[in-house]
Amino acid sequence: MAEIFEMGIADIRSGVASGDFTAKEVAETFIARVSAAKSLNAVLVETPDHALAAAEATDKAKAAGETLGKMAGVPIGMKDLFCTEGVATTAGSLILEGFTPQYESTVSSNLFKAGAGMLGKLNMDQFAMGSSNETSAFGNVISPWRRNDGGNTDLAPGGSSGGSAAVVSGRICPAATGTDTGGSIRQPAAFVGITGFKPTYGRCSRWGTIAFASSLDQAGPMAHDVRDCAIMLEAMAGFDPKDSTSLELPVPEWEAGLKSDLAGKRIGIPKEYRVDNMPSEIDALWQQGIEWLKDAGAKIVDVSLPHTKYALPAYYIIAPAEASSNLARYDGVRYGMRDLPDGAGLQDMYAATREAGFGPEVKRRIMIGTYVLSAGYYDAYYTQAQKVRTLISQNFDKTWESCDLLLTPTAPSAAFGLGEKSDDPLAMYLNDVFTVPSSLAGLPAISVPAGLDGQGLPLGLQIIGKALDEQSVFNAGLALEERAGFVAKPEQWW
Amino acid sequence: MSVDKETVKKIANLSRIAVTEAEADALVPELNNILGWVEQLSEVDCSKVEPMTAVIPNKLRLRDDVVTDGNIRDKVIANAPAAEHGFFGVPKVIE
Repeated sequence: MAEIFEMGIADIRSGVASGDFTAKEVAETFIARVSAAKSLNAVLVETPDHALAAAEATDKAKAAGETLGKMAGVPIGMKDLFCTEGVATTAGSLILEGFTPQYESTVSSNLFKAGAGMLGKLNMDQFAMGSSNETSAFGNVISPWRRNDGGNTDLAPGGSSGGSAAVVSGRICPAATGTDTGGSIRQPAAFVGITGFKPTYGRCSRWGTIAFASSLDQAGPMAHDVRDCAIMLEAMAGFDPKDSTSLELPVPEWEAGLKSDLAGKRIGIPKEYRVDNMPSEIDALWQQGIEWLKDAGAKIVDVSLPHTKYALPAYYIIAPAEASSNLARYDGVRYGMRDLPDGAGLQDMYAATREAGFGPEVKRRIMIGTYVLSAGYYDAYYTQAQKVRTLISQNFDKTWESCDLLLTPTAPSAAFGLGEKSDDPLAMYLNDVFTVPSSLAGLPAISVPAGLDGQGLPLGLQIIGKALDEQSVFNAGLALEERAGFVAKPEQWW
Repeated sequence: MSVDKETVKKIANLSRIAVTEAEADALVPELNNILGWVEQLSEVDCSKVEPMTAVIPNKLRLRDDVVTDGNIRDKVIANAPAAEHGFFGVPKVIE
């Protein structure tokens, strides 16, 4: 039997259910892993008591012969964007330092009801704005991966769910929650060689998830493999009357439906995703992915998504616009930080608090958002971006006439070194070039680890599906996974 | 379209974010860089396109007009930097 810390959700769950080990042993194993990984700076708050209490409940339920939940005995890491009752929640920002939610987010609550425990709150880009975890107010997360050049350059784990990526790839937590606004689950998953899934917009409730861009934000699982993602998403998803955009639909049994035979499926290869300066290794991996899917029985078709190049600029209007509105709530009055200079009035207090509490990237996006929504510029920027978003969504609809799924690379490069891109916001934004279009269209997508580049770093392939067709996305992901046989793991140096 | 320092200060004020003169100077090229890049959207012909309102077709649900929540005053103010007598505390707003 493998060591417990090497196991993912399915193995832990079946080991607990069959009595090979107790949920308590699992929790203790991972609590020790979390505690020994401080040098990665991936965990902001450790919550061993939570993990132990959930484990105890699972062990008791098993002893009593009760039916165990989908996540019974599995302790997970929780991205710090999810409000957790009684446990400090910051979204990676100083402006929420000291904030202790009085309620539980729907997603975390669903996971706990399914039997999961929580090992800790995970570091992230501030308010989920970033692609390298370097915008966190609480320091960079260091990726467990290193280049194979014998050096010890600290690498970015990707972002914004960088802490989640680091703990899952380092076998510090068996799985973690992520959130994806423009690629924040898929790009970090690709950077660290794990699987990450963004469901259709509306599958997971946004209630209690700190808002960045409400029309784009979706929670999803980050885990070892496709099966684990399917199990965890079943536990996370579901209709929630407290979120007005929650989809009033039953949660399918994606795990039971897993099937890697793709006979009859048509996979589109969008030509616009062949971008300039893409490393040849990524192009080669993409070709390999095509061969793998053919081998699984799928038919490959060339397709076109003509407005792809406009997705990123549209995203960088829409997301900041929504952020400027959502982040207006941080006013130094109701929660979090307050900066009240001597003799300051209310307006001065707002401005001082927000100056002190938000990091540079957050301020930049709030100001861009404020500008594109301001009188005289609203139509030229915001309305135009929403029209382009309609075109991008229509591109996908048109594509579905000739194919069922799309195969693309997840990110345009492997993980880069910390500090290598942080000086240029635009260069950083380009990380999301392959993930943003499906976010704008609300479509489900997965990143599956598919190979290593010449530096020994993971690369991912992305499958994008039709709205609500998570099952086909999971299945094609599984077909890739079985053929890629990706088993590389970072060597433990921390 | 590009922004100058005065516009940056105006945006900062609308955003309720205090900026120093030096920060405003630094923000001018930063914001112009981003705005110059998103400008490319203007080349897309959108004359026959409606702006997106809902990414996945969904209807806003109605519910019965009844009280479903409340009586949690202490929880609501539990995280306030300043709260007294069950109220949020703010600096004096009326001279």
